[in-house]
Amino acid sequence: MTKKTSNIATRRTILKAGAGLGAFALTSGVAPLHFIREAHAADYCNKPTGKTVTLGFNVPQTGAYADEGADELRAYKLAVKHLNGEGDGGMLSTFKPSVLKGNGVLGKKVAFVTGDTQTKSPAARASAKRMIEKDNAVMITGGSSSGVAIAVQGLCQEAGVIFMAGLTHSNDTTGKDRRANGFRHFFNTHMSGAALGPVLEKAYGKVRNAYHLTADYTWGWSQQKSMKESTEAIGWKTTKTVKTPVGAGDFSQYITPVLNSGADVLILNHYGKDMVNSLTQAVQFGLRDKQVNGKNFEIIVPLFSRLMAQGAGDAIKGIFGSTNWNWSLKDEGSKAFVKSFGAEYGAPPSMAAHTCYVQTLLYANAAEMAGTFSPVGIVKSLEGFKFDGLGNGPTEYRAADHQCFKDVLVVRGNEKPTTKFDLLEVVEVTPRSQVEYDDKMLGGSLGPVNSKPC
Amino acid sequence: MDAIFLQFLNGLDKGGAYALIALGLTLAFGTLGIVNFAHGALFMLGAFCAVAFNKLINLDQVVLDPVLKTAWGTPIEIRTPYVETWFGDFGAFLINYSVPMSILLVIPFMLLVGVVMERGLIKHFYNRPHADQILVTFGLAIVLQEIVKHYFGANPIPQPAPDIVSGSANIGLWLGLGENVVYPWWRLVYFGFSAFVIFSVFAFLQFTTFGMVVRAGMRDRETVALMGINIERRFTIVFGLAAVVAGLAGAMYTPILPPDYHIGMDFLVLSFVVVVVGGMGSLGGAVAAGFLLGILQSFASMNEVKSLFPGIDQIIIYLVAVVILLVRPRGLLGRKGVMED
Repeated sequence: MTKKTSNIATRRTILKAGAGLGAFALTSGVAPLHFIREAHAADYCNKPTGKTVTLGFNVPQTGAYADEGADELRAYKLAVKHLNGEGDGGMLSTFKPSVLKGNGVLGKKVAFVTGDTQTKSPAARASAKRMIEKDNAVMITGGSSSGVAIAVQGLCQEAGVIFMAGLTHSNDTTGKDRRANGFRHFFNTHMSGAALGPVLEKAYGKVRNAYHLTADYTWGWSQQKSMKESTEAIGWKTTKTVKTPVGAGDFSQYITPVLNSGADVLILNHYGKDMVNSLTQAVQFGLRDKQVNGKNFEIIVPLFSRLMAQGAGDAIKGIFGSTNWNWSLKDEGSKAFVKSFGAEYGAPPSMAAHTCYVQTLLYANAAEMAGTFSPVGIVKSLEGFKFDGLGNGPTEYRAADHQCFKDVLVVRGNEKPTTKFDLLEVVEVTPRSQVEYDDKMLGGSLGPVNSKPC
Repeated sequence: MDAIFLQFLNGLDKGGAYALIALGLTLAFGTLGIVNFAHGALFMLGAFCAVAFNKLINLDQVVLDPVLKTAWGTPIEIRTPYVETWFGDFGAFLINYSVPMSILLVIPFMLLVGVVMERGLIKHFYNRPHADQILVTFGLAIVLQEIVKHYFGANPIPQPAPDIVSGSANIGLWLGLGENVVYPWWRLVYFGFSAFVIFSVFAFLQFTTFGMVVRAGMRDRETVALMGINIERRFTIVFGLAAVVAGLAGAMYTPILPPDYHIGMDFLVLSFVVVVVGGMGSLGGAVAAGFLLGILQSFASMNEVKSLFPGIDQIIIYLVAVVILLVRPRGLLGRKGVMED
């Protein structure tokens, strides 16, 4: 037998040549950019060059929402720990599909800086600006107010960094004020209304007269509009809508007109301290012991937070509301997170903490998927991203408005809490399909992604 | 008619709080000439005395449940207040009445705070411009707020009223009005309490020798001092008394408004307006203006009024202040020469 030779290159020769060329290209730095991690955006704002990547956690550390901000910060620190391979890993083990391995992000250890929003837009923008310009934060996240979220989202868009919103419930964040560089995991007022409507119909019937007391700012207006629409859709009438100043303290002068209004339901479109005060005082005025039109008078708080509910004490018992997430959920993701958070801090996480933890993981995973921290790459990874195992069942970041869609929880103030944390009971998990809406309904447009250098 | 009556009641209890704070402010200003921007913080400290008393009386024995565990794997804690273990039903009674009983803590604590504040800080600013006094007392208020936030957190802390007065009174049935005329018992208690404290302060100043000396000192400090009376010491005590009045107002207000560290600031600005409208240095003016502005604010919040003048509920107090100061620059009952030099 003779060995056949030919001038034509064999498959093995081509492979060898290819491997040799590849090795040369990688070592000499002339490789096409798409072969190298972190290369397909040549430059962008705060591109990490060392061994760490810095994230900016912008939370209220002073002011009325400082306790909520402290819980957000705890969650962020836990997320960083898990991303860097420390602790029990939390939701890293339940998050699917995920390319996170617990060895940092894109080979870099995750570091963080913090800022204080003070729950004031100018202060929040200033601290975000400082984290971007001085600390080289590649992503900003956090907050406990829609006004702050919208302001910081705008700043991040201008600066060319990604904004992963914390607690923000107004429709506007991913509606008329949506931005391409911003993403919201939290639900919104439309979803609260859509989830609560059928539950309220079942609990209180189709013939009701609702009186709204509404915090006089963007979130309050948004919440009132959504609740009005959803309750009128089930046949309820709106007796009156009254705007109350934010931080009014004593709501007695707004509650007494309810007594003679003929309304049999009071909807408190208040959050935080206003919710605590207005609900406490409405109960003191005997509204829950009252009968109107032959029906028991009822109070509804569309947005509940466990941390805030503590301030209202017994007044929350039996009151319906909605929430983004609750620590009592029994899915694997929630259980892993509660176990991890509880072991670390001795208390269950709040819904704000959950959102912030999840946002950090989602961002890190998006960077790993894209192979870059470039906003263009992150946006591409997150738009239309479908995932599970982070506590709310199958979830999707809608590409058109960067709003997260998932199941929404309808809760009620627990009549017989067994511990001081056991304040809300989940009465219904409203499926995503029921709270979904057309992306054009809330107006606004994302515009282009800003991925330019700072 | 029912709505008007209810708003009148709202105005009375709101006015009670304004009057109490303004009374303390006026006492400090009338005696020491100090514009005390930390007075709201004293109201807040009084409120947190009630919170601290509640926590103290609820100190509990913790037993770990041998079976039940938390979601993160640690045993669930079963807590039983010591007073219930030791005194049974009487212990439960003490817990139930913790807010009114906190007065026992408020009076000595606030007196001490007032005296220390005056001797330790305020006295160094007697001869300084009012702007300096405002700056230093405002700074002190922020320090006190941050201390309270550090120990008690930023969230409001609910303080329940005793069970017997936790519901609402059907005033409509008593007075032959509609059945919708109901009013929370505790607010009625608060109004009665404010009236009692105001009356006591006036009686103390009017009918005791100490009060007579203080009133004389408010009129002419130098002459009283020349008569060999240590007027400074008496004014220090009056400053302590002003702190006690603010503290009592704060402690008893906690079932109406769950206190947080910022509660004093929410009242401070309004109380200064009350003092100015009443007339700087006039105790009677402070009380009258407190009730007047409280009632006007409540009426301005009526839907019928707001439909005619949108937003009037948020500016009525300042509007009235402007009108009164234009017509009567010294305020309702202000004395000639006070803050006019």
